[in-house]
Amino acid sequence: MIELILADRCTECGACVEVCPTNVIARAVAGPPLLARVEDCQTCFLCELYCRADAIYVAPDCDRRVAITPEQAVASGRLGQYRKHSGWDEWAGQYPNEQWLMETVFRRAGEAARPAEADDKRTT
Amino acid sequence: MHSSADGPSGVTVTVIVSDASSLALSLTADVLVIGGGMAGAWAAVSAARAGARVILADKGYCGTSGVTAAAGPGHWWVPPHAREQAVAQRVAAGLGLGEAAWMHAIIEETWRSLPTLAGRYAFGIDDEGRTNYRAVRGPEYMRALRAFARDHGVTILDHSPVLELLARSDGSIGGARGLRRQDGDRVYQIAAGATVLAAGGTSFLSHLLGSRTNTGDGYLMAAEAGADLSGMEFTAAYTIAPAHSTMTRSMAYSFATYYDSDGRELDLPFGPQQTMGLAKALQAGPVFCSLHRLPDDIKARLHTISPNVPLVFDRWGIDPFGDRFEVTLHNDGTIRGLGGVRVDDVDGRTAVPGLFVAGDNASREKVAGAISGGGNVNSAWALTSGIRAGQAAAQLARAVGGSAATLTPLGQAGLRPKVRTRALDIDAIRAGVRDEMHPFEKVLFRKESTLAASQRALDGLWREIADHAAGDLLRSRETAALVASARWSVATARQRTESRGLHHRIDHPQLDPQLAVRLLSSGFDRIVVTAEGQRASAASRALEAAS
Ligand SMILES: Cc1cc2nc3c(=O)[nH]c(=O)nc-3n(C[C@H](O)[C@H](O)[C@H](O)COP(=O)(O)OP(=O)(O)OC[C@H]3O[C@@H](n4cnc5c(N)ncnc54)[C@H](O)[C@@H]3O)c2cc1C
Repeated sequence: MIELILADRCTECGACVEVCPTNVIARAVAGPPLLARVEDCQTCFLCELYCRADAIYVAPDCDRRVAITPEQAVASGRLGQYRKHSGWDEWAGQYPNEQWLMETVFRRAGEAARPAEADDKRTT
Repeated sequence: MHSSADGPSGVTVTVIVSDASSLALSLTADVLVIGGGMAGAWAAVSAARAGARVILADKGYCGTSGVTAAAGPGHWWVPPHAREQAVAQRVAAGLGLGEAAWMHAIIEETWRSLPTLAGRYAFGIDDEGRTNYRAVRGPEYMRALRAFARDHGVTILDHSPVLELLARSDGSIGGARGLRRQDGDRVYQIAAGATVLAAGGTSFLSHLLGSRTNTGDGYLMAAEAGADLSGMEFTAAYTIAPAHSTMTRSMAYSFATYYDSDGRELDLPFGPQQTMGLAKALQAGPVFCSLHRLPDDIKARLHTISPNVPLVFDRWGIDPFGDRFEVTLHNDGTIRGLGGVRVDDVDGRTAVPGLFVAGDNASREKVAGAISGGGNVNSAWALTSGIRAGQAAAQLARAVGGSAATLTPLGQAGLRPKVRTRALDIDAIRAGVRDEMHPFEKVLFRKESTLAASQRALDGLWREIADHAAGDLLRSRETAALVASARWSVATARQRTESRGLHHRIDHPQLDPQLAVRLLSSGFDRIVVTAEGQRASAASRALEAAS
């Protein structure tokens, strides 16, 4: 679930308020947006992907809250990781989208296991 | 319409206000699209291309909400020379419920239409320098589809869940009504010549990645309009994820090695039986996993294949290629299951005039058969049914014209209590749905006694919600949809007294050739299950689920 919006990184652009699919984040009268409905967070990490300031930390934990401070989040080195590896914004061209390799992986796994049967479980 | 206010102890109670005063926004369109995942976005684009004025309303944000956005749907992508064989194989695997003509149609539409997104989506180039169209990454795909819809002049209403459909006096659908969540929950109403429902499937609130806004609203709304559901028994699909995470992306697990809590390796070979085996192992105790067998070249590129997959491991400080981490299975419900609204054509037309249904909101039995369409068929279906429904809706809207019909709201359970409004514990009702729709012993290993008990439990929840709920409109409406969808599923599963594809009955482990038919479900207080092709009377009584 989303645990932090780092005040000293946030530019108050409002993108996270707009893109959060479950409307977890609310605009504040002043200052960074508020985590208004964390219990509705679906842990999809998409707010992070859309945050150009790398100011958001989503913990992978979807069924329990995690205590983390802004200092710990910065020290983890993980802020902005999703956006970077997706090659968005300033990372364009540096991390190619290799989603196409997925079918190769399933095929190789199928060949390594039992060739004919693997085909119908090729989900991502 | 109702508006809500907080009552004692945080429970919401309802204040009825007059319809006119609460209408903040009244809009008209030729085509209204409900839901902005891949099916809805393609529908909006194609309706606009056909000349319609289009409004698309999503509960969340068109671009990030829904299961398309968070994952990476691979499309069914088959070159012309290979189609006969691919379809023949799928028809056979589908155990009598698939239709070759529908499969050919979605392969062809996908082949033709997916590349048209090239101006907005940078399709991958493989190691041989060839463009790969079939495999798209979810966030980029939905971002592209949103931009594409805007290019075509579509009006997008984000954070605007639709609560109910509106009918004209002849019963045809003439629009919908919902809430603007980021505008003080104000009500909006859209009068439209034709409506496309593309509100997704439902995981019954499991932690399946991206599925939180998919609460079966589209099933309930279509049923209230008079449409049937089909294939609702096929909900026994599950996907692996690291325990306590939502990351139900299974690619890396094709090379997984599993262990019990004593560190003993489990015999769970990759293949169609693996989910069953994992579920049994999880019933016995915690299961751990290591991805050390993943080929080194893939390990090195995991973050550029699926950038969200490593997020979980990195943040927990787990080395998935060395450490053993605990795993779980999340229920896919109808998403990588099959059930949904029965549609009569690839263009999503239903028995209800003016209403088209696309994507996971529709049953996928005819394109997937009795097995999951999760690996490729689902996306081809969502794209095709979206595109074709958009075209058909635009055409119908032209014929209907802009007549100012009187519109009657169709929403019942969760909006308009049958008895009287009473404060309900909505969280407890939601937990009740999860309790019946997620446990392996009730869904994956079905039998009459547990199904009957589920039905009783869900009937009780339905009475509460249908008789009394109206408080927080969105939550009570979503909950009504979850309970209704669960009841159709369980009622249909009781009637399918055999095992076929995704549906397993431990008390009926064999295929029954008599049941090589699609099963339809309908009704609210009393659910009726019929075999497709049979009509009412004697035949339906035979399959009737008393409720
Ligand atoms: C992790 C994962 C991986 C998958 N991988 C593959 C794959 O590789 N290949 C494949 O073919 N399939 C795959 N699938 C299935 C595939 O993703 C879906 O079948 C497809 O994306 C469905 O698209 P959709 O538009 O119908 O639904 P969604 O993308 O779920 O969109 C539904 C939309 O409706 C909105 N909505 C819901 N209720 C309302 C309401 N009341 N009012 C307004 N809007 C509403 C939601 O917010 C959402 O935006 C996968 C599924 C998952 C979960």
